[in-house]
Amino acid sequence: MTVIPLGVPRRLLEFTIDGEPVRAPEGSTILDACRAAGKDVPTLCQGDTLTPKNACRVCVVEVEGARTLVPACSRKAEPGMEVKTDTERARHSRKIVLELLASSVDLSTTPQVAEWIKEYEAKPDRFGPDAARLNEEPKVDNELYVRDYDKCILCYKCVDACGDQWQNTFAISVAGRGFDARIAVEHDAPLTDSACVYCGNCIEVCPTGALSFKSEFDMRAAGTWDESAQTETTTVCAYCGVGCNLTLHVQDNEIVKVTSPHDNPVTHGNLCIKGRFGYQHVQNRD
Amino acid sequence: MDLHFGDSKPTDEEKAAVDALLGPPESSWEGADRSDADLRWARGGREARERRDLLLPGLHAINDRIGWISEGALDYLCRRLTVPPAEAYGVATFYAMFSVEPRPATVLHVCTDLACAAAGAPGLCAGIESRLGPGSGVSVERSPCLGLCERAPAALAVKAGDPVRTAVSAPATVEAAVLAASAPDSADEEPPAAMAVPQAGEPGLALLSRIGVVDPTSLDDYRAYGGYTALRRAFELGPAGVIREVTDSGLVGRGGAAFPTGRKWQATAEQPDHPHHLVCNADESEPGTFKDRVIMEGDPFALVEAMTIAAYATGAHKGYLYLRGEYPRALRRLEHAVAQARARGLLGDDVLGQGYAFDIEIRRGAGAYICGEETALFNSIEGYRGEPRSKPPFPVEKGLFGKPTVENNVETLVNVLPILTMGAPAYAAIGTGRSTGPKLFCVSGSVDRPGIYELPFGATLGDLLALAGVRDRLRAVLLGGAAGGFVRPDELEIPLTFEGTREAGTTLGSGVVMAFDDTVPLPRLLLRIAEFFRDESCGQCVPCRVGTVRQEEALHRIAERTGAAAAGDIALLREVGRAMRDASICGLGQTAWNAVESAIDRLGAYE
Ligand SMILES: Cc1cc2nc3c(=O)[nH]c(=O)nc-3n(C[C@H](O)[C@H](O)[C@H](O)COP(=O)(O)O)c2cc1C
Ligand code: SF4
Ligand code: SF4
Ligand code: SF4
Ligand code: FES
Ligand code: FES
Repeated sequence: MTVIPLGVPRRLLEFTIDGEPVRAPEGSTILDACRAAGKDVPTLCQGDTLTPKNACRVCVVEVEGARTLVPACSRKAEPGMEVKTDTERARHSRKIVLELLASSVDLSTTPQVAEWIKEYEAKPDRFGPDAARLNEEPKVDNELYVRDYDKCILCYKCVDACGDQWQNTFAISVAGRGFDARIAVEHDAPLTDSACVYCGNCIEVCPTGALSFKSEFDMRAAGTWDESAQTETTTVCAYCGVGCNLTLHVQDNEIVKVTSPHDNPVTHGNLCIKGRFGYQHVQNRD
Repeated sequence: MDLHFGDSKPTDEEKAAVDALLGPPESSWEGADRSDADLRWARGGREARERRDLLLPGLHAINDRIGWISEGALDYLCRRLTVPPAEAYGVATFYAMFSVEPRPATVLHVCTDLACAAAGAPGLCAGIESRLGPGSGVSVERSPCLGLCERAPAALAVKAGDPVRTAVSAPATVEAAVLAASAPDSADEEPPAAMAVPQAGEPGLALLSRIGVVDPTSLDDYRAYGGYTALRRAFELGPAGVIREVTDSGLVGRGGAAFPTGRKWQATAEQPDHPHHLVCNADESEPGTFKDRVIMEGDPFALVEAMTIAAYATGAHKGYLYLRGEYPRALRRLEHAVAQARARGLLGDDVLGQGYAFDIEIRRGAGAYICGEETALFNSIEGYRGEPRSKPPFPVEKGLFGKPTVENNVETLVNVLPILTMGAPAYAAIGTGRSTGPKLFCVSGSVDRPGIYELPFGATLGDLLALAGVRDRLRAVLLGGAAGGFVRPDELEIPLTFEGTREAGTTLGSGVVMAFDDTVPLPRLLLRIAEFFRDESCGQCVPCRVGTVRQEEALHRIAERTGAAAAGDIALLREVGRAMRDASICGLGQTAWNAVESAIDRLGAYE
């Protein structure tokens, strides 16, 4: 008799986190296991819909026997591993990473980071007033979205979302290297001269607000952006037959931006230009 | 993939440069003029995409012919290879030898790194710049170590054209460097590689025995001096037998990480996934390291033979030799050696008539120290940015093109020849119990006879420096290169073994021994090291990308200070350094702070 398995059986791995025994399905990352165990590990470049580049290094944990710290977001759990999430060593690296980031870019629109800076007692100012910063001007070159790379932490999420992980448009990549590395389109041209198709999936994944709707950017500039006054309504896009879910963010009866639920099995948060930006007709009251 | 190309067009010259590498385009999908047939069929998809690894050679082709890479040229190359222009732009801007801005056809790279700085590079640069001002048709660029440290200060001129011309000036004077840049064809011939080997011709050498003795351009000469006996022996032993010999010899990698070579070969050989690849890491960009260059220039067939053996043992049929872009003479010698070996049946479908197929492809780097890191090197060959991958998976499992790959340093590979000719026990008897065999050291700085020295493991630092004629008033020795550490003149008893240096709290690294006398300003030297890492960081991870900048800033602040005035910044350096060591993705960030830390702790810099 042939047995046809109905799903891939997932073995449970046993290991410890902070001395407590835990079990996690094979293939889980240390971060998955930590979160399941209720441990708080900060993350920036990790995203729920992308394979992380593990570039920010804020999620590092100590693994017994490893020479260096390991990124919890990417390292797969292994049987018998002894993971420590909150050692002095891990906390030190997180603190320094937060200081290095906060001293070089503008994290004012990065959710949660202010709490971590407090929790890890990071003091970004201690590198002095002359510490090099990105000092980028916002790139406002189209009507749909703004690239404010002064806020960019180079998490590679937008590159991956535009490239082979989602959109397959490959309109953006990292150019230059070292401290001079920047997200750029080909020849560092304006967005309008690039391969961008304005799906806005890069905005969806950007963890810092470096990429934002022009509407949000303008309202922030005018001081009228107020998240607490916004409501979110999830509905179905009416443009085509795919049927993507749209979450409309509404402030003062105006749609101010459109996102998409990441747990939707069809879109995983991705949309096309119509669903993402084509909302003006809804509120055209003339 | 929906590719978008702008309307910038290549010039005829740019198109010719790309077509010389790839052949003429076959359809308008690849950038040819549109024909009727093009309207009815689509081409260029997967087939072209599989040539993505020709991106770096393509960028070289343009840069070599024109001197820089324009939008039109880049877009044309992208069309030919079905590579998104944004990605190609990201790759082109990663490498120091390429420019995406117009610049003069000739670039003069003047080394400002450690040995050259100590030998007067700042003055040399100033002199050259005042002679070659704007309008001279030469762009003068300050360069990290050019791998010519035994002849410091050094300069390398590259004049774009068809063909590209290069000239080296070392030891450089203002006049010689200017001549090399303005008329590379009539510049002085470089001294033979043997000049970098003070022991050349001495009996008892295992790795350097042929340098200065054989004609590096003659395969017959190579065979007359024992060439290809090791490969014959390898065929007698069979792949498993070769791996056994290498394992028993105790050989560990000479590229810096000191990993047991036999274990690496075994692990690759037994991977079920195929094909297996072999990569020779000839990137050699560690400041102070020039041993691989001297081997490749002086005894190139030895590397070809050694690569053949390594491939045979690990089941690879294709070997990539990744050579740093700043080594034009090594490139010529190796291209010649590979062609000769191929013509004589020592590479190709049927090596030595044994029914074993193996060939070598040479790939040039383009100015990026990080591409020496093993996984960054894979990305570089594959046509991506030279950013290290995270490990695991390790190269033996998923390396080049995602396939099991064994990657070895030039010196490591060349050691396989004596292992096979003398047998593992005799080889293992050289050196110490845990560091077996002969070792090459790159000695430069304040010594009378700088160059490559071959010594059995276990000789002391003092022995080596005495051989090289160390000068009086030694202030410090940098062991293991910029990623290594400084030791004091009263520590010359340190045995030059992996375990001995480790016990002494330092490292052998890639075999660098740079001596500095007390005329060398230490803070300036440390700043140069910090600047090197800041320049060479790939930028991928935060601790290294920003940490190297913050460290350099702190060192600038304390350049003129000592004691309490420096204490705050030294504490800051330590804190940042610790996180860099712990949390960086790759060895560059993890070791970037080593040398400076050792200078503070061992030399009392800033006290
Ligand atoms: C930043 C960095 C640069 C490196 N550069 C080189 C190099 O130029 N040549 C080399 O052989 N190994 C270099 N390595 C070490 C390689 O990653 C790898 O360990 C080595 O090529 C393995 O060969 P081996 O086992 O024969 O030493 C470098 C490592 C790092 C982290
Ligand atoms: S723009 Fe946003 S998503 Fe893209 S790398 Fe920067 S921070 Fe990440
Ligand atoms: S977002 Fe785009 S693809 Fe999705 S339903 Fe709307 S129009 Fe269709
Ligand atoms: S440590 Fe430095 S060189 Fe290595 S991956 Fe990180 S940024 Fe790149
Ligand atoms: S969240 Fe893990 S490295 Fe960024
Ligand atoms: S060639 Fe200048 S330091 Fe090596």
